Formats: sequence, C-alpha cells, structure tokens
Amino acid sequence: MADTNIEKKKTIVEKIWKFFTSVKLAVVLFAFIALSSIIGTVIEQDSRPEKNIKLFTKMFGADNAQKAYKTAASLGLIDMYHSWWFNAMLVLISANLIICSVDRLPRIKRIVDEPVKPLETPEFDKFGIKKELTLECGMEDAKTKTLAALKKLGFSPNTHQSGKDIQIYAHKGRFTRYAVYVIHFSIVIILLGAVIGMTWGFSGFLILPEGETSAVAYTRQGDEHPLGFSIRCDDFAIWFYGTSDMPEKYLSWLSVIEGGVTVLKKTIGVNTPLKYKGFTFYQSSYGAVPAKEAKSLIILNITPINGKTEQISLPVGDSFKIPDTKLTGKVIAFSPALAFDKDEKPYTYTENMNNPAIYVEFNAGGNEKYSGWLVKRYPQTWDLPDGSKVELVDNWGYQYTGLQVRKDPGVLVVYAGCLFMTIGLYCAFFLSHKKIWVLLQPEKAKVKINIAAFTNKNKTGYEGRVTAVFNGAFNGAFNGLTPKISK
Amino acid sequence: MGSPILFGMAEVGYFIAMMVYIGYFIFKNNATGVCATTVATAAFLSQTVALLLRWVESYSLGIGRAPLTNLYESLIFFVWCLMLGYLIIEFKYKNRTFGAFVTPIAGLALGFIDLTGISKEIEPLVPALQSNWLLAHVTMSFIAYAAFAIAFATGMLYLVLNTEKRNESSYIFWTVAGSIFLLVIAAMGADYLKFKVIGTSPEHIKSYLFRATFRSDSGFTALLSWIGALAITFSVWRYGYVLKRMIQSFGISLEFLEDLNYKLIAVGFPIFTLGGLIFGAIWADQAWGVYWSWDPKETWSLITWFVYAFYLHARYLRGWRGNKIAVLSSVGFITVIFTYLGVNMFLSGLHSYGGS
Repeated sequence: MADTNIEKKKTIVEKIWKFFTSVKLAVVLFAFIALSSIIGTVIEQDSRPEKNIKLFTKMFGADNAQKAYKTAASLGLIDMYHSWWFNAMLVLISANLIICSVDRLPRIKRIVDEPVKPLETPEFDKFGIKKELTLECGMEDAKTKTLAALKKLGFSPNTHQSGKDIQIYAHKGRFTRYAVYVIHFSIVIILLGAVIGMTWGFSGFLILPEGETSAVAYTRQGDEHPLGFSIRCDDFAIWFYGTSDMPEKYLSWLSVIEGGVTVLKKTIGVNTPLKYKGFTFYQSSYGAVPAKEAKSLIILNITPINGKTEQISLPVGDSFKIPDTKLTGKVIAFSPALAFDKDEKPYTYTENMNNPAIYVEFNAGGNEKYSGWLVKRYPQTWDLPDGSKVELVDNWGYQYTGLQVRKDPGVLVVYAGCLFMTIGLYCAFFLSHKKIWVLLQPEKAKVKINIAAFTNKNKTGYEGRVTAVFNGAFNGAFNGLTPKISK
Repeated sequence: MGSPILFGMAEVGYFIAMMVYIGYFIFKNNATGVCATTVATAAFLSQTVALLLRWVESYSLGIGRAPLTNLYESLIFFVWCLMLGYLIIEFKYKNRTFGAFVTPIAGLALGFIDLTGISKEIEPLVPALQSNWLLAHVTMSFIAYAAFAIAFATGMLYLVLNTEKRNESSYIFWTVAGSIFLLVIAAMGADYLKFKVIGTSPEHIKSYLFRATFRSDSGFTALLSWIGALAITFSVWRYGYVLKRMIQSFGISLEFLEDLNYKLIAVGFPIFTLGGLIFGAIWADQAWGVYWSWDPKETWSLITWFVYAFYLHARYLRGWRGNKIAVLSSVGFITVIFTYLGVNMFLSGLHSYGGS
C-alpha cells in the first residue's frame, strides 16, 4: 500500500526524469538512429533526385517511383540528417545520456569518496583475491617487505596497528570510476559541436577557373553566400603517376584579397587546406572550363640552339618566333588530353587536362618546315629537328579548381569531445579501481600473512600481478599459491 | 623471391593449418595439434616477410608507402593481425581448440581476395590517401577488427559448449551462423576448384565468387546449391551436439572463454573508437572538409560501435553473461564484416576507392 502512495505522489518532473533514466529508452533511440542511418546509406542523401528515382524505379517499378520519391521526401528520407526528427533524436539521446549519468553519479560518488579502512580479520575471506601464508621471519621484516611490495604495485600504503597485529592497506585509481561518465559527457560535447556547426556554420563549394576571383561561395542548393573577402585562383596544376592517368597530386595557387589588397597567398592540395577568417577552403575537385568561356593562354619555354631559355605566353591561333632563327611557330590547336587511335589519328580522350598538347606549325620564310604535337608530359616531343627546344610549360585558363568551402565554429568543440572520449576510454578500459589489505599476525617465531585484494576490472590480471610482486618481495614464497589459469 | 610467392605460400599454409586444426579437433592427438601450430606459425612468418617485402617493393617502384592502402592490402593485414593475435593467445593460454574457429576466418578473407579478382598490384596513392593519418587509421581499425574476429571465435565456441536443446534460440543462432560460415567456405572451395584448379575461368567475369554454386550460370546448379545449403544448415542444426561432444573432451572452461571474449572486446572497442572513428573523423576533416558525412562506411562503423557499446552496457549495467553476451559478440562481428566488405561491395561512398 505504501508503495502505491509513493507512486501517486510522483510529480511530472520525476516521471520525466525516470523516463529518461531508462536504459530501454537508450536502446530504442540508438536502434532507431542505426535503422534510419541504414536507410540513409541505401537512399543516397542530399544528392540529385534522378539517382534516387532510379533506385526507387528498381525497387517499386517505374509507375510508383515518382510517388515513392515524393513520399520519401516528405518523410525527410532524402535529406534525413538535416530533418527535424533525426535531430530531435539526437537531442533525446543527449538528454538520455545526461540524465542517466546524473542519476547514477551520486552512487558512484559514494563509492569514490569512501575511504579505505582496515578490515576486521574475518572479512579477509570475503574477497575474490585472497592469499594466506605463514612465513618464518620477523614482524618488522615482513612489514618492510609488504610496504615495499605495495609501493611497487603503485599504492601509497597506510599502516594500522591493533595489538600485535599490523594491517597495511591502500587503494588507488578510484577516480577511474568516473571514466564512463567522461565518455558519456564527451558524446554530448561532440553532438553539441555538431549543432553549433549546423546552426552557425556554412558548408558549400566554389568552382573557380584559373584567373577568376569570387567574393561568394555557393550552398548545395546553389545560393550565394558572401565570404567577406575575395578569393582568386592564380593557377591550378595536376601531376600524374608516370604515364598513367592516375593523379599523383593536384594543387591550386590561391590568393585572398581584402579591400583590393592581396593579404594571403597559399598553395593548397588535398589534405592541406587554406584557412582564412573562419572559412576553410579544401581542394576537392578540378575540371575543364567550357571552351567558349576559357580565356586561355599557352605558356612555352623556348630554347634556341646554344641560346637562353625564354618564356612566352600566347593564345591558340597566335604565332611566336624562335630567337636567332628564321623559324616561327603557329599554335594551331590545343588538346587537353591527346591520344592517337589505331590509324594514328589524334583525338581528345577526356575533357580534363590529362595529357595537354598543342599542335604547332613551324615556318621559315613563308615555307612550312615541319609541324607536330608538343605534349606537356612527354619531353621528347619538345625537341625540334633543328636542335632548338619548345617546351609546353602550362596551359592557363583552361581549368577550374573545385573548392569545398566550410565555416564550422563547432569543430573545435567536436575535437575537444574526441579528446575527452580518448581520455575516458583509456581510463575506463585500461585503468581500474584497486584496493588491497595485508594483515600481518605474529605466530611464535613466524608471521602469518593474509592478503585480500579487490579490483573492479580484470581480476585475473590483477591477481597475477599481486602474486608476482609479493613473490619478488618474499623470495618466491607465494609461488605455490599462484592461481592456475583455468582453461 | 618476391612477395606474391610468399603471400601464396602463406595462403596455402593457412588453409592447411585450418585443416590440421580441424583434424586436431577430431583426433585430439597432441602431435596433430603441434603440427597445426607449426604450419600456422610458418605461414604467419611467411606472410610477415611478404608484407615487409611488399613494402620494400613499393619503394623500388618509386611509390614508397606502407602496404595498407587498398582492399587487398587491408585484407592481408587483417589476416596478419588475426593470426598474430591468435598465436599470442594460443601461446599464452596453451590452448589450441579455437584455432579451428579462427583459421577459417583467415581462410575466408584470403579466399575472398582470390575469387573476387581484387587487384593485387602495388598502386600509387590517390591524393586523398597521401596522409599520415592513413597509417594510424587503418592499422588501428584492423587491429580492432582482428580482436573482434577472435572474440567472435570464442563466442561461437562458448555457444557450442553451452547450448543443449535444439529449440533454444542461442543453439539456433550458432548452428545457423556456423552453417553460413561453413557454406561460404565450401562454396569458395568449389569456386576455387572449378575456376583455378580445373581452370575454366571465363575471361569476362571479374569475380568468381559463388559462380560455381549459388550464382552459377546454370539455373539448375544454382537451385541445387540452395537446396544443398538448406540441407547442410538443417543437418548442422540437427547434429550440432556432435561438435559439442567433440569439444567437451578438451575440458575448456566456459569462464575462460567468456573472460577472453570480454577482454578482446575491451581491447578492440577503445582501439576501434580512437583509430577507426576519431582518427577517421580528424582525417576526413582535413581531406574532405567534413569530420562526419554519414558516408556508408562511417554509418556502418557507427552501427558496429553501437553493437559493441551495447555489449559493454549489457554486461556492466544488466550483468548479462553467458549465451546472451556470446550471441551479442558474434552479432558485433557480423556487423564488422558488413562494414568492411559489404559496404565496399553494395554501397557507394567516399571510402569506395578502397574497392578494387
């Protein structure tokens, strides 16, 4: 009867509290997150609608695909990580974690604060780790050796004398009991960092052709987002492994311009972004600028026989002179990725700058002398029959650099959470709360030694260590007591 | 001698070790056990040398990087960690019995490489992978995976020993999960015989996986394979107790298995959290500009993390022990397999360059 009365008197706050302390709620929430994110890996998130319509066509047939897509979109399944219900779930998880932890803390605090006290003799039998041995030695000797052993085990031992008996006892690592709560807390911090990022951050992209400047970045939906400064792509370059089409590295030379003045210049690559005023620019992609928009220049290094190298730049269609000779070259054509087919006919195999080449016609006094392809990646194509050399250095204005632009004030909070989590994990899994008591009782010319020990983790490991250290202190006397590891 | 020959020797060695460990199970003869350990150790050493050689070879190719960067190399490294962990445990606890459970996992991983036609070339790194985080992230993830794999083996052994009735859910779990493993190995063996030994490998197929059985071009063979699979699963379920009797005579204590299962997860979980999730997030933040993008690999790692976190909470808070916890640890490893291979095979995402 008394119980039901108490039940009735529970306030709403208490009921809510109880609801959030339940482990079942945590299980349900985490299962829900897991299930919905599985759906999220099947339905491509935040991508072009065609992709998912294709998927729905496969699953439900062409007739229902549009309907299925609309239903999925209204349920937030197409962009679920930004949907209200997914974020509500994360908030509930945080609440659950915090309240579960706070609910348990007083109990844990009691265990942590509990001082270690000498045991009554019969209590020694109650411990999982216990050793009993009678040795021929003096009390003082046994005491010194025990103190040394406990220090070696990492304890700062206390001594208690009652009558002729001496008890040496200690504990350590009691604060590791909080480690689990540090981990829970760190998850909340990481989620908090994510919320900060989503609320005050910006995530978008910027396609910047060589030579172009932009004062805005674009969201995924294509809306402009002002940066507060301008960014210019001075150059972009890509290198390939050997003769393959596998990119080795690609770099963008960026300038930050504020108030008409270049305030920062940096070369960025994948894994080395540029940071300025809270914005970070990541090298994420690259590509070719559509031919009609390209304001492009070919850059050549010209070296006549025994002459000095000279750098020139010119657009396709223009001519250049090779100094000290009668030769003029005319750039007839440009190919971003030159290849030859079976009939030795040249063609461009991709839009990207995989194998840039120019076709040049050389004339001397109005007569065509020779013509051919100069290929950037193949130095043997740069040598002319007369011994001079024309190197295709770069082709500028043909490419754009794809930058991922992000502003995330929450990222440091997330990192802090990760740090807390690492510390928490280390303390929770590799450290433990340990206690030990050693009772020394004189028996005629001998000393009876009683050891009791406790740990909240890895009992076998601790027992082995205690035995080994006492063996060391008492010349192997505990050998016979080594517990057999059960198989 | 180049690394491919040594890898091949290691592969054959692990298969032989698997057979001998199973033989040791049946004959309970100490000499067989010693033989199994010797073969496994020799194969492990051969693999170790092969890994180092591959590393050196990459330098002589002018690429110069640790052999940890594509699906092939990561599978090889996983097997290496798995066997190292297993041999340490065998040596430390002087117990060979679950070798018969661990070596098939190694065999499965290696068979998978050969049958799916994963590229074994030493390839240069795409720019996103050129980072020091690669080594930390991949090494730690695979050490954790190996720990989870051995925990799975101990969990399964526990279930074999601790279940009695055929209608018990844990009995059904281990017989079905065990059958699936057995069937996958058998089907891979059939593929191997058909396409590599008899040598009728059709050029146009990239992956031979299950082509001799479940995915055979002949509908009749495929149907027969499925019927056979059901029959095998049924017999494992019907006669599972025979295995129990076989193992019982080794006198392995259940406490030992449970303790080992927990210890492996207690080591694997923090390593996985730090190396797999946290280092992965930091690296992603540097390379892609997002620390978490719900990419399929990330999502499945998180689900794996949830499963093991659930295992730990069930143990600590609810005091779950015995069959329930053994089933949980096995479910954990099944999610690991999906995170690792399933995601690469079925889903696309940022991690897909690890594909082939």
